[in-house]
Amino acid sequence: MPIEHEIAEQRSYLMRYARLQLRNEAWAEDAVSDTLLAALAKPQAFGNRSQLKTWLVGILKHKVIDLLRLHARDALPAGLASPNNDEDPDASLCADNGHFLHPPSDWGNPEQSLHTQQFLLVLEACTDRLPPVMGRVFLMREWLELSCEDICKELNLSSTNLYVQLHRARQRLRECLDLNWFGTQTRTPT
Amino acid sequence: MMLRRTCKEASALILAREDRALSLPDRTALRLHLWMCGACPRFEHQVLTMRAALRQWRHQMHEDASDNP
Repeated sequence: MPIEHEIAEQRSYLMRYARLQLRNEAWAEDAVSDTLLAALAKPQAFGNRSQLKTWLVGILKHKVIDLLRLHARDALPAGLASPNNDEDPDASLCADNGHFLHPPSDWGNPEQSLHTQQFLLVLEACTDRLPPVMGRVFLMREWLELSCEDICKELNLSSTNLYVQLHRARQRLRECLDLNWFGTQTRTPT
Repeated sequence: MMLRRTCKEASALILAREDRALSLPDRTALRLHLWMCGACPRFEHQVLTMRAALRQWRHQMHEDASDNP
């Protein structure tokens, strides 16, 4: 198959991650178009076809960062300026005295299940369920693998603010996985 | 007590550790809390499991299309 076709075939795959990270259909379209064009412009830069995805995802990450930089103001609405803009994220987790309302469940030894496609789809769905701003900063950290310093710089965000967002995102992801994966596995039916 | 942490504080430190280095007093207090608490080690295990899961998730997206329909 010509390389152009192979590249074009990855479009929907790339869109999936662009959407997840950018939370904006138009930006995702732009990022993926830019990626495909960049790839087509220098197919010779790509030698081993078995690593087509790695190569394209690598380009996509750069394009996504460009898009985030370009739309930083919209990616991070002004409402986020104050970290205490809504309720205590741990209110459902802990009582006023600092103890757990419900002790965390035992997730067991899930090493094997982490490799299954089924689990990874649940993880992705839980990530997708994060509110847009929270999801963006969380994936900048976990997908783009940017340092906190770089995220703050790109989005013009204070580190306190970033830590609050990341804390909430991780807490939500934990609850979602507990509810939709681990909880159902470890809780014995009554 | 300087080194006493509630479960709420300890779980916040466990989450924060994913994104920043903890101060020495925080690290010490967290270790002490984990040693004597029944619930927080399970919370820590959950967070470490998420760390491994996200690493696996990043890894699988680079695999060949035939593995990921």
